[in-house]
Amino acid sequence: MTLTLSDRDQSLASGEQGRAGAMAMRMITRLAEANRASRLIDVTSAHIDSCLYHGEAGLDFAERLVADGGRVIIPTSLNVATLDLLHPDLFRGDKRLAERGKRLMAAYVAMGGAPTWTCAPYQLSLRPGLGEHVAWAESNAIVFANSVLGARTGRYGDFIDICAAITGRVPDAGLHRDEHRRAWAVFRIEGVSDELLESDVIYPVLGHLIGRATGVYIPAITGLHPSATEDDLKALGAAAASSGGVAMFHAVGITPEAPTLEAATGGATPRLDVTIGPVELRRARDELTTRTEGPLTAISIGTPHFSVAEFAQLATLANGITLDPDIEFYVNTGREQLAAAAAAGYLDPIRRAGIEIVADTCAYITPIMREREGIVMTNSGKVAYYAPGNLGIDVAFGSLADCVESAQSGRIVRNEAVWE
Amino acid sequence: MNRVLLSGTATGPALVLDESLSMWGGLDPESGEIIDRRHPQSGAIVTGTVLLLPWGRGSSSASSVLAEAIRRDTAPSAIVMLEPDDIILLGALAADELYGKTCPVIVVDAATFDSIENGAVVTVGEDGSVASSQ
Repeated sequence: MTLTLSDRDQSLASGEQGRAGAMAMRMITRLAEANRASRLIDVTSAHIDSCLYHGEAGLDFAERLVADGGRVIIPTSLNVATLDLLHPDLFRGDKRLAERGKRLMAAYVAMGGAPTWTCAPYQLSLRPGLGEHVAWAESNAIVFANSVLGARTGRYGDFIDICAAITGRVPDAGLHRDEHRRAWAVFRIEGVSDELLESDVIYPVLGHLIGRATGVYIPAITGLHPSATEDDLKALGAAAASSGGVAMFHAVGITPEAPTLEAATGGATPRLDVTIGPVELRRARDELTTRTEGPLTAISIGTPHFSVAEFAQLATLANGITLDPDIEFYVNTGREQLAAAAAAGYLDPIRRAGIEIVADTCAYITPIMREREGIVMTNSGKVAYYAPGNLGIDVAFGSLADCVESAQSGRIVRNEAVWE
Repeated sequence: MNRVLLSGTATGPALVLDESLSMWGGLDPESGEIIDRRHPQSGAIVTGTVLLLPWGRGSSSASSVLAEAIRRDTAPSAIVMLEPDDIILLGALAADELYGKTCPVIVVDAATFDSIENGAVVTVGEDGSVASSQ
């Protein structure tokens, strides 16, 4: 299939609208050709993952676009970055990393990105609706946009996010197209207690299990509790996008493109059909923990970023508690949710308990934790998956309530009864 | 018929991954080492290999990590996949664009993928051909 460009696309590609536009369009067309797309389509927003520093290549790319006059033409939000600009004292990395991280953040702001600094752009007041085409990078944001909002984004990586923001265009390929949004794998939850089904702790575990098992297929999940909240689905998607390549899932009866299993699969016979019971769930839960023996040194929650609804829960759990003095406790969030939580009065009991709030970044991607020898406990499947490799630490997984209880007692405490 | 995502030539020993890998959180671009401690080949060095990576997984930041590895010359010399993956391709495209360093990305069928033995010398041709010799 040959790629046909519009007049405007050609004008951008030819450099008539500047060198940054030409480079951005060249990246988009090369991606389109690799995807055998026949045309490009408009997107209404972009979410930039590239603003987190991973080395000079990312900085070189961004600064070249800035130098060449790059400017976004659609609403563009920015992902978590290296530094917490609201609480700069939390950063424990070296000066060079801070300098590079800051330069990269400045480059994306200079191009017109909104300084949202969140991995959860779906929590922002402006978010895309059903069927809307967007260009989002950040694996958990991608899966949430496609699955929960019913918006359409490819599984985009760094570099292309800003190119889409500068051109307003992406290849007409992948998850932008109806035929690629069908489920080819079905995961059926059976024989699981109502208590576990109604608990927050099942979602990251399910996501981890499904991500590992589904391979390249979009999964459809049956048997989830209808009370599943956006935060529950956020946790599921983030874990599935960490252990697997999941860019979309269907929760039958819950997500907008899956009123029924038939709607999710398009009536086709699935290529993978898996039943998940209590045994499989316990096994997946245990995979998210690398060590339970030894000192608990930190708790990190809010990956993906904590929502106002989660701050409300934490405020209740943390009200009047005292943390063990040897425990560092971090909650990661975006600045818009932080402001809303503050306005609602949720932060006072959290701060009084000694819990530290991290904004703009996340305690598992940038040096924030003081002690790294012990075990870090989290309610995030994503942190549990990546932190051992990224930070070289041991992790223990538990529910939000388990994390708060453990922080008080100074050792890992988990509600095992819910898993019986 | 192989599918060329990014064309180029390369030769190197095959590193056949038993499981997929997210390069962010999975590859150290300074050393070229696989650092995903859950990965069966954790500790292996990808530098200069023809990396057989069945499909993409995990973080969008994998693009940046791959581009950085290519910039530092710690990357594989080519990547051969079973399924196309934008995130992997974008890292290779960005390094090609910025530094003129090309890490070809080729998609092959299962028969070809399975026929390549770990350690065999693999040659990737400009036309997307992937040939291995023991």
